[in-house]
Order: sequence, then structure tokens, then C-alpha cells
Amino acid sequence: MPPIATTSVSQRGWRWTSCLAAAGMLALVVWSYQGARVDLGALMTGEAAAEIATYVAKLFPPDLSSHAVRDAIAGAWETFAISLVGSVLSVCVAFPLALGATRTILYRGVLYEGQNLSSAQKLVRMAVFIASKTVLAIFRTVPEIIWALIFVFVVGLGPFPGVLALGFHTGGVLGRLFGEVLEDVDPRPLEALQSTGSGRLGIVLYGILPQALPQFASYALYRWEVNIRAAAVMGFVGAGGLGQRIHVAISLFHEHQLLTLILAVYVMVTLVDALSAWLRARLL
Amino acid sequence: MARRADRSPALPDKSSFPYVLTAAFAVTFALALRTAQVDPRLLFDRQALTNITRFVRGALPPRIDAEFLAMLVRPAVETVQISVMGMVIAIAIGLPLGLLATSSLTWRGVLHERITGVGRRVLAFVPYGTSRALLSVLRSIPEYVWAFMFVRAVGLGPFPGILAIGVAYGGMLGKVYSEILESVDPQPLEALHASGAGKSGIVLYGLFPEALPHLISYTLYRWECAIRASAIMGFVGAGGLGQQIELSMRMFQFHEVITLLGVLLVLVGAVDLISGRIRAQVVG
Repeated sequence: MPPIATTSVSQRGWRWTSCLAAAGMLALVVWSYQGARVDLGALMTGEAAAEIATYVAKLFPPDLSSHAVRDAIAGAWETFAISLVGSVLSVCVAFPLALGATRTILYRGVLYEGQNLSSAQKLVRMAVFIASKTVLAIFRTVPEIIWALIFVFVVGLGPFPGVLALGFHTGGVLGRLFGEVLEDVDPRPLEALQSTGSGRLGIVLYGILPQALPQFASYALYRWEVNIRAAAVMGFVGAGGLGQRIHVAISLFHEHQLLTLILAVYVMVTLVDALSAWLRARLL
Repeated sequence: MARRADRSPALPDKSSFPYVLTAAFAVTFALALRTAQVDPRLLFDRQALTNITRFVRGALPPRIDAEFLAMLVRPAVETVQISVMGMVIAIAIGLPLGLLATSSLTWRGVLHERITGVGRRVLAFVPYGTSRALLSVLRSIPEYVWAFMFVRAVGLGPFPGILAIGVAYGGMLGKVYSEILESVDPQPLEALHASGAGKSGIVLYGLFPEALPHLISYTLYRWECAIRASAIMGFVGAGGLGQQIELSMRMFQFHEVITLLGVLLVLVGAVDLISGRIRAQVVG
């Protein structure tokens, strides 16, 4: 938090804009409240609450017969596999694109000090930069479940389209994050390498990447936590795992089995979160 | 440093960790590859190529006639409204639970120096533990699963979508709120405590002023995620753009899918822009 002395100059302006922002947000909430036709008061007391309570009551107890448990475990392992392979694929997608989306590697910064590129070279490299950025933006803008729909259409049902969907969407997200890490590395080691006569490849390999890799790993692990949740719902569109089983259980009103599956999602998500947090603490 | 020294006798050879990790990863990954039925050939066989061509041909040019666009206004508006109302509920769930889950408020730290006796400690721990567990359940079940269940419980429309975002994001907000509140500088709290302020006074005048910018910033970030979620939620019948996307995809109307994705992109971009502006102001 900035010390008060530095903000006091612009304090008055800040207060005005923050009032304006708050008012805008309030207006947005009122507009949404009316538009969404939801009576929140009724939720607390009335029919909706009763409906939810009835439904929750129907879920209990979970179906713990060996058949249901085995099915849940198989689904959980499949979801785990989709998230793991999907995350690895996303790193493979993100890494080359991130290199292409980093200006300091392509055409400016320490690497190119004192050795001006010809304008044609520079133009080509800028084109590479823009192309990589665009591809990354498309990959990450399309939500994973829509990628899943598209890949189910292309390669058919099963866990594989789920893997591809995670790989593409998360590849786009990670590519952008990796690119930011690459542009933000401390330039001093790079300058030291350059002054001792390293070429560009040497600077990238021994100066930039060693600084960036721990961050890459940390981001990849974080996205794995996101992906395990995504993989758990991918099955809604036919891409395997727990999602498919949940979809079936909900559609066929198998409420007790549904609760077993939801417990499986909970256990797995918690385990992956813990594993990822532990690995991140070890790596950094 | 001290920790490392403590640990080293327990581990026979510190440097073996990376190898064990790599081996474990390789085995798990190999098993996961098989379970996920990864088969890159599927992407390049005749059938897949035909499907890709069909998709691209069908997608271009996107459908942008006035009739179709006019039809999209309502779902687009609904998507925004679902995300806003969902966040309202999420705050209503996340804030109280987050406060209870803040250890410095409920059972340890400056405010509880004078609590003696194990019994009272344990009593103070109960709401903390309960709210932590509840938050963990709420956020570990993906919002789409929540949405699907709420559709079953309260019927189709925007309402189940709002509830799903409210519940799932309430869990995330609560956890992060408690982390933010726990990391607040304890000295002003001690000063308030010493001058005789009660608990609510300490929360209002000590905790909130310090934590507020970060609380607002994280809430806005979550709103950015909520608009993406609410756009997809329609896949399970919870209103918004998702319903239309699923319909167009199922009917193989790919040129409509592209337009829908474009609308989604504009919505998400607008929300990111607004939220980013405010966040920069607030935390800056």
C-alpha cells in the first residue's frame, strides 16, 4: 500500500473517480437485478429455497455400493489423466508460441543492442510477433468447453478431445503468461553474458530461460489446478471423465450416485490442489 | 535456512528428490496417456480432415445478418446480468464465511492474546474450522456441476446460473478474502485493541481500510471469470449465450458459432477493460 503522502496530491481526483465507479457498479447491479427477474427475498424464504432443500435431501445418502464407488474411481482417474496430459500438452503449445510472442527475443532489447537488424528482417520478426500473439489470443478466448465440442466433432467422443481442448485453451493462457515472464526477466545477467561475448542463443539459453523456468513451472502447476476442475466438466459434451458420469447421473435422476461422483470430484480437486501447492513450494 | 538444516538428516540425499519426482511423473504420465486414449493420428486421418474442412467451410463467413444479431441481444444482456447477480450472491456468501475463516479474527493472533484456557480456544476454533470446510466444498465443485444441479432443483433459466456462480465463486472469494485479511499488518490492529476497540471496531477501522483495495481488486478479477462462466453455463440450460452456442453447435451451424464467440469476446473484453481500469485505480 502506498504511503499517504504520495497519494495526497491526487487524492481529490481519486475520490471522485472512485465515487463514480461505485455508483456505476451499483447501477449495474440494479439493472442486473431487474433484468435477471430474480427475487432474492423469495430465495431466502420461499419456494426456491424449498426446492433446493428437497433436491439436496434427495442426494443423501451417497451410493457407496462397490459398483458405484468403482465407477467413481475410474472416472476420477480418467479426469486426472485428461488434466495431466492436457496440461503437459498446453505447455508444449505455449512454449514455442511464447518465444514468438516475446519482443525482447525477436527484435529488441539487450539481444539486439548495437547490431541493428535490417528493416526487412525487423518487419518479418514483427510479423512473427503479431502472428504468435494473435494465435495465443484465439486459443485462450475460446473457452475450453467449446474447444471440447469442436474436437468431439473432429475426432469423436472420448477423453482425447478433452485433452486437446485443455491443451489449446490453456496453451493460449500459458503462452501469454510465459511471454510476460520472458519480457520481465532481469536484464543485468543478460548484459553480463553479452559483455563476456555470448551470442544470442547463449544469452537466451543461459540468461533468459534459467530466470524464467521456475516461473513457468509455477504457472503450469497453477493452471493444472484450474484444469482438473475443467476436466471434471468436459464430459458434459462427451469428452469422458467424471463429467460424463455426472451428466448421466443427473439426466437419469440417479441422485445417490451423483453424490458419490461429486464427492469424487471434491476429493480429487483437493488432492491436486495440495499436490500442486507442495510442488510449487519445493520448486521455488 | 534453518528449515533446510532441520530437514537434511531426514532425507538420505537431498539431490535425489528431482530424480524421484521425474520418475514418478514419467510413470504417471505414461499411464495417463493410455487412459486418456491419446492418439495424434486421429487428428490427421481422413475423417478428421474432412471434419475440419467441414467446420472451417461452415464457419466462414460468420453469420452477421440483422435478424440473427437481434436475436443475440437478449442472451448477451442476460449473460452480463447473470454474472453481476452471481457476484452479488458470491459476495454475500464469501464475505461472512471469509471473515469467519480468518484465523486472526476468530482464534489466534493479536485479538485473542487474552483468551486463556484450552476450552475457549477450541470453542473459538469451531466456526473457523466449519467455515473453512464449507468454503472448500463450495469452491471445489466446478460451477457447471453446480449449475446443472440447480437446473434440476429450480428449473431452466438464468436463476440456476446465478446461483451456481454465487455458490462456486462464494467459495473462492471466501478463501481469498480470508488470506487477504490474514496478511494485513497487525500493528494498527494491536493499537486499536490496546485503545479499547471491540471486535467489530477492529474489523471496521483496522482490517477493512487496509484490506479493502485488495478485496475489491480480487472481487473484480473474479467478475471477469464470472462473465466467462456465465456465457458457458447455458450448456446445461442455465440461460445466457451458452444455450445458443450449444444449439448452433449441435445443429452444425458453425457460422453462427463464430458470431457467438465474437459476441462473447466483445463482452469479456469490455468487462476486462472496465474491471482492469478500476483495479488499477484501486490498488495502483
